[in-house]
Amino acid sequence: MSRALFRLGLVLMLAIAAMLSPAVIAQEMESTAPYAYRQLDDASQEAKAQKLMETLRCLQCQGQSIADSDAPIAGSMRSLVRERIAAGEQPEAIRSWLIERYGDYVSYAPRVSTLTWPLFVLPIALIALAAFLLRNRFVFGRRA
Amino acid sequence: MSGAPPSSVRKGSAWAIWLPLALFVVFVVLVTVGLLRPADRNVASTLIDRPLPSFNLPSPLPGGAGLKSADLSGGRPRLLNIFASWCVPCRVEAPQLAQLAKAGVTIDGISVRDRPDALQAFLAENGNPYSRIGADNAGSVQLALGSSGVPETYVIDGKGRVRYQHIGEIRPEHVALLLGKLEAAK
Repeated sequence: MSRALFRLGLVLMLAIAAMLSPAVIAQEMESTAPYAYRQLDDASQEAKAQKLMETLRCLQCQGQSIADSDAPIAGSMRSLVRERIAAGEQPEAIRSWLIERYGDYVSYAPRVSTLTWPLFVLPIALIALAAFLLRNRFVFGRRA
Repeated sequence: MSGAPPSSVRKGSAWAIWLPLALFVVFVVLVTVGLLRPADRNVASTLIDRPLPSFNLPSPLPGGAGLKSADLSGGRPRLLNIFASWCVPCRVEAPQLAQLAKAGVTIDGISVRDRPDALQAFLAENGNPYSRIGADNAGSVQLALGSSGVPETYVIDGKGRVRYQHIGEIRPEHVALLLGKLEAAK
């Protein structure tokens, strides 16, 4: 009799512990955006979405990609990406849609624009300048 | 090199020796300026002076009318407030929204990623200045508007174009600014 009571108590305690576990708390805070924490059923589409999400910046926690962030707005952005990928939209079209609204800032993938072209040209120019200045040093055997 | 006579040292090197120190000082000044005056990290919408994206949101509350983009081109400028019951600064701006509503401004609301019961409690506690409320559960309209956080308030002109974006809560000192923007949008 006492053993049965003990078992019942144990089961109850475990049930309470399970209810208070982080998983349940996390479920309650689950985003209302449908695809924030749900993957797409089609694995190749999900892979496409994942690849894009890793190169989009979370607008609230700005050091993180939306794939890494738990901020509510990142959940909405993931949902938007997955829904549009599922609808057959190309990843770069989704990126452009977001850039159109938030500027280059939202994308981690650098683009060549009227503002950013020096970043791409400068290294080439510097290497060319270095090669020009050091041109005599590359000549072997002329001096002892 | 060590055995070279002093005459072989070129004249230009006298000032060049200070160059690394000068660069270091420039670096320290840049870092200090960056620390004392941090850059504005708000991400502004690029939709200013462009038409609102088209949307059609259901009402978050039973019996409400919901909110669609066509409702916002009613001939008179109005405010579109992005808010949520879970957003703490939204409580801070509630008195200012009430003040604007009292001054005759039409305010429409978009509740973002919210639940009906929580929203109802929020409105009961903080007042309801909204003429219409749309529920943006997925947050997709928020993204279409170029909004990067909650709360944000947009000034929409009579033709449904976005004229001004206010990022963050409306503090008492912003009321006159928003009234001015509404007047300018006429």
